[in-house]
Amino acid sequence: MIDGATVLRFPWPSVERQRLGVAFGMWTFLASEILFFGGLFLSYAVYRSLYPQAFAVASHATSMFYGTINTALLLTSSFVMTLALHASKKRARALVVSCLLLTAAFGLAFLAVKGLEYAEDIDKGLIPGPGFTLEPDTTRLFFALYWVMTGIHAIHLAIGVALVVYLGAALLSERMATESPAVEATSLYWHFVDSIWLVLYALIYLPGRHAP
Amino acid sequence: MSQIAAVEPPPEESPTCTSYLDAGHTLVSWLTTTDHKRIGILYAIAITLFFFIAGFAIGLARLELMSPRGMLLTDEGYNRLFTLHGIVMVWFFLVPSIPATFGNFLIPLMIGARDVAFPRLNLLSWYIYLIGAGFTCYAIVAGGVDTGWTFYTPFSSLYANGNVVAAAAGVFVAGFSSIATGVNLITTTHMLRAPGMGWFRLPLFVWAIYATSLVMVLATPVLAMTLLLIVAERLFHLPVFNPHEGGDPILFQHLFWFYSHPAVYIMVLPAMGVISEVFSCFARRRVFGYVMMIYALLGIAIIGFFVWGHHMFVAGQSQYASLVFSFLSFMVAVPSAIKVFNWTATLYRGSISFEAPMIYAMGFLGLFTIGGLTGLFVASIPIDVHVTDTYFVVAHFHFIMVGGTVSAFFAALHFWWPKITGKLYSEAWARFAAIIMFLGFNTTFLPQFIMGYGGMPRRYHVYPQEFQVYHVISSMGALVLFAAYTLPLVYLGWSLFYGKRAGPNPWGATGLEWQTPSPPPEHNFDEIPRVDAPPYNYHPEKEEAFEPQGRS
Repeated sequence: MIDGATVLRFPWPSVERQRLGVAFGMWTFLASEILFFGGLFLSYAVYRSLYPQAFAVASHATSMFYGTINTALLLTSSFVMTLALHASKKRARALVVSCLLLTAAFGLAFLAVKGLEYAEDIDKGLIPGPGFTLEPDTTRLFFALYWVMTGIHAIHLAIGVALVVYLGAALLSERMATESPAVEATSLYWHFVDSIWLVLYALIYLPGRHAP
Repeated sequence: MSQIAAVEPPPEESPTCTSYLDAGHTLVSWLTTTDHKRIGILYAIAITLFFFIAGFAIGLARLELMSPRGMLLTDEGYNRLFTLHGIVMVWFFLVPSIPATFGNFLIPLMIGARDVAFPRLNLLSWYIYLIGAGFTCYAIVAGGVDTGWTFYTPFSSLYANGNVVAAAAGVFVAGFSSIATGVNLITTTHMLRAPGMGWFRLPLFVWAIYATSLVMVLATPVLAMTLLLIVAERLFHLPVFNPHEGGDPILFQHLFWFYSHPAVYIMVLPAMGVISEVFSCFARRRVFGYVMMIYALLGIAIIGFFVWGHHMFVAGQSQYASLVFSFLSFMVAVPSAIKVFNWTATLYRGSISFEAPMIYAMGFLGLFTIGGLTGLFVASIPIDVHVTDTYFVVAHFHFIMVGGTVSAFFAALHFWWPKITGKLYSEAWARFAAIIMFLGFNTTFLPQFIMGYGGMPRRYHVYPQEFQVYHVISSMGALVLFAAYTLPLVYLGWSLFYGKRAGPNPWGATGLEWQTPSPPPEHNFDEIPRVDAPPYNYHPEKEEAFEPQGRS
């Protein structure tokens, strides 16, 4: 049986109930997060329908190479995160900790690649403002949304990395039970951030790629 | 149908727990508490402060409006004052008012739980609220904002010379507090109900806060994103809403009102919950059409998401969009009317006693009805085109937001004050305050309908002579209103020190929160109660000798 003394927190009546409640709370929060990104997705949809040519041109200026690598990195991180969750249910503490740290490593790798991509974008003059190089003018709208969307995604991912590292450290020092509901909550958050990236990948890198 | 398998064992402390007020008297014990009751009180203190800051701002503006060529303020100063009033009142008072104070305090008590689902998140959300308020206070101290509380682009993003970034950041951060509270209360309602407390045995206040929390969780993030885009546009010149660069300022309005129309329901749904509790208690009757009242709450919450376009009839959206939004706006009237009719039917042949909370609630009923009916005026396109951006609209939304929400807030304050503090206040003074609040309110805002219909635009402080008489009456009413809002500070404060002990249930009300001592013990219940009856189980025929103890 699960060691109730270490997992159960006030004011929950039972561990099972608490586990349900934590997952439920996290799903509710994620519903809110979807609407947070929803505002951006709506803006993107409006401007892409107004300026389809400009969005295709702008999309060509992004780096498909970095984008695809990052997609692969995040999908792998999600896989490892799922392993951590399964190991947590089997109470294999060492395996959970190593999977969590590996997940964090993939997340950091994503951020590093994103940093390289940002540096290249800045070199190419893709920041809307005085030094912007791309034509026509409305490509600025694409890049305004590009910076905001990927920036906010990166902040979410950085928070995710911090959460995963904290969780790993807490488990390593045995301050937290291996089967704590926090593992599931963190994994839900992590998968959410990955899913948002999949949408961003399609919105940013793919428009107009079929045409020269 | 209960979803709870086992009755929770009593807490480790002895069954004679100390009250939550006696659990620690130091400032640190309050600032680090995770007790939902104490956090409710922390919110109450904070929002009271902001209520008076925002009220003071509009007091000055009302003074300016006494004369058609105001001499008191500069144009710029006037703009900054009404903006300050709007931002602080909406985001730091009205939105958190009932859910964060009474919701926090009462939901666990009403559903028979020991605390909210995530107590530490609950405390965190109070601190997040304070951080947001800090940003906004900075914006005020650094000179203020002149955009109006709506931050319309491209003015706010390109031309405004106030502290738009700090003010928007404040609202953005406060939004997270709202979301955290919403997540917490939704999870609490789903997961921590006492055995036997099925969904259709929940008090309507719980249902109202639940519906409100859904709106908070789903609408607030859209506002947060919109404000973030304004900040990005101001700081980094990203051209999202800039028409010179192909951006669309109307898009901003769509995004803004997608939150800010439902925000009205964030304010008024909890108020409806309070009114149901108060009416049934002081009429000693079951709420008429209890199940219908629940569907009406949910209906308002859901339809409320699809009516934002009625703020944009003159903003340049297509006439077909306007038609649809007009139709949907009329639809909201249906569940709202169900609520009003059912409250009236609850009172019908009830054994009514006019205690102070009841007088506030009666005031709500009248003011909300006027606000709702004038809502039909502004939902119909031709009249809205005539009255857009006039005092008619100002009066309409003040009737809902102040006449509705604030009246209900005071009803709740007086109804649950004995539970929260364990003390009784002076009934006579409370009734007096309730009556002059109603009178002061109507004196302030009824003339605004007339001058608005006559063409007095909002946000102007220089105006034709013909409107002066209405402005003077309105300003005088505001003075009465100010007195009515200040009075409770005095007699409620007095009751803290000299009030009689309340006992667990001074009103003879049903509901789990009245079954625990006043003030409630730290862990709410010595033993988690088991619920075996529907709510509002009043039997006046058996209680002929009933006399509320609060009567002085």
